Amino acid sequence: MEVCGTHTVSISKNGIRGVLSKNIRLISGPGCPVCVTPQGEIDAAIELSKKPGVVITTFGDMIRVPGTTSSLEKEKAGGADVRIVYSPLDCLDMAKNEPEKEIVFIGVGFETTSPTIAGTVLKAKEQKINNFSVLSAFKLIPPALEAISNAKDIKVDGFILPGHVSTIIGAKAYSFLKIPGVIAGFEAWDILRAIGMIVEMMKGLENSGGAIHELPVQIQYKSVVRDDGNPAALKVLYEVFEAADSNWRGIGIIPGSGLVFRNRYKSFDALRRFKVKVKNAKEPRGCACGKILKGALTPFECPLFGKKCTPDNPVGPCMVSSEGACSAYYRYGKN
Amino acid sequence: MAKIELSHGSGGNKARNIIKDIFVSKFSNPILNIPDDSAKVEGDLAFTTDSFVVDPIFFPGGDIGKLSVCGTVNDLSMKGAKPLYLSVAFIIEEGFEIDDLEKIASSMAKEMKNAGVLIVTGDTKVIDRKNIVPQMYITTSGIGKIPKGIDISSKNAEIGDSIILSGTIADHGIAIMNARNDFGFKGDLKSDCACLNGIVGKFISKDVRVLRDPTRGGLAASLNEIAEASGVGIVIEEEKIPVLPQIKAACDLLGLDPMHVANEGKLVAFVKHSYADKALKAVKSHKLGKNAAIIGKAVKELSGVFIRTKVGSLRPLGMLEREQLPRIC
Repeated sequence: MEVCGTHTVSISKNGIRGVLSKNIRLISGPGCPVCVTPQGEIDAAIELSKKPGVVITTFGDMIRVPGTTSSLEKEKAGGADVRIVYSPLDCLDMAKNEPEKEIVFIGVGFETTSPTIAGTVLKAKEQKINNFSVLSAFKLIPPALEAISNAKDIKVDGFILPGHVSTIIGAKAYSFLKIPGVIAGFEAWDILRAIGMIVEMMKGLENSGGAIHELPVQIQYKSVVRDDGNPAALKVLYEVFEAADSNWRGIGIIPGSGLVFRNRYKSFDALRRFKVKVKNAKEPRGCACGKILKGALTPFECPLFGKKCTPDNPVGPCMVSSEGACSAYYRYGKN
Repeated sequence: MAKIELSHGSGGNKARNIIKDIFVSKFSNPILNIPDDSAKVEGDLAFTTDSFVVDPIFFPGGDIGKLSVCGTVNDLSMKGAKPLYLSVAFIIEEGFEIDDLEKIASSMAKEMKNAGVLIVTGDTKVIDRKNIVPQMYITTSGIGKIPKGIDISSKNAEIGDSIILSGTIADHGIAIMNARNDFGFKGDLKSDCACLNGIVGKFISKDVRVLRDPTRGGLAASLNEIAEASGVGIVIEEEKIPVLPQIKAACDLLGLDPMHVANEGKLVAFVKHSYADKALKAVKSHKLGKNAAIIGKAVKELSGVFIRTKVGSLRPLGMLEREQLPRIC
């Protein structure tokens, strides 16, 4: 399983499935941040966008994800102030330049993204900026992999582990893994090499009768990933946030897999500031995103894929996000 | 009630649908219905129009004025026409700096001279200020003359034709994104904005069947439109497609595919196979064509556009459904 959405895109774009042995099947995992954000959180973001004076700021493709009845993109066309930012620090400039507005950042992403948002919160506190807040929908990768490893309806033999997340959390964060895992870079050759390494590790397992004698995780992406990750980024992250149970689209509640504000930073919590509650929303009828996200189905096995659900008219988030498995398979085909 | 979203203007499928469902269905006529960059009228005249709303109006490699001349000159050139006369209309928000207007006009004049065309008529409107920084928008139209014996159209590609690309892709789109969003990329990221009539003049012949300048939607969109209009399959080789290393690095960082990123000074040509080497040599002899390459061919056995990837796999190269957005992580 390739965990990361950027790997899914690279695999599809380079046609890697088309050159692999028939004995190797790649399945796409839960590593697309937009895709695993449950519909209730999208609805909460949309609700926030309708509050007077609120400016919604977000990264890229989040604005297209359909909530129960609308999307941020549609709200924008209808007059809501929704802005795409490329750095969360842009939000602080907006907050300073437009003191009459409330700048709300929709915080979606994994450990690659969340430390920069935590850093922004620290900066806002230092600069006494009071009109900036964050809807924290951040997620943590290791608990999700643990849940997938233990799930009964899927059998994964090895993980191609995310390169960028691992630069932050380090190889040691995966020490719970009982199957081979390789942290890979994003070029075609990186991914092919990682697959080769996983196959070698599986052979090693077979020869040793299943006993693992060393740390199962290997690093292919050595130019940037260390065993300990990036301690400075982790320190900033856990200064502002703490782990909490979190709902993943399709997978459900995973213990300790989300991030919530620590008490001393609660004033930056947008849900609290605007008294918005994340409700349980029903997934769109027939949408298989949930099963696709944990690798139980491939996009081609979803009855809506390419028919009712296309990038022009996406039903589920895996078709919206450019990193989503459905979007990658739709765009680049089965190879 | 459905409303216009920004993605309706992005050159992808959503934009195509609006053109098809609203404009073509209302305005339908045999000249309009050919999906080329210019219309062919009165036997040998090419006629076209284009609007420019680029933000920021000054960017590395050009400005809105230069772009507005090049855009229309290129649309005419892609019909094989020699561009002759341009009109220009300005929509300017109140508060716009007159010094800037002068700079833009100077850059248009310079480009007009380079391309050997004349701006012969124009219009100016000033509107209420709507943006924090006052904006301006330009529309140019142009006519040109198609030489005798030249018949160039998106629908003319034939099986076996070679495909020539005149240089590196994605330069314009990435330069604009970098300038607009202040990413702070330090590499040499410059728009390729340029008039292409000079380069077309170097190799135009009856053996040139299709010319397109892959602007919005990138090379992928142009190739798909040609495949559909001509009813041929297309296979291109990823390794042959020139991309500057700094542009590739920026695309990788942002999660963008250069095949879908806009160009403003490149052309793609379908030429008869026997003419390909000679045509390539001619394109390369022009200063804008130094990095030109034969990137693929039109084929019978496939339908649609395919790319042979670096690892040797063949995969479809579709049109972008909507504007590309940078990824989250």
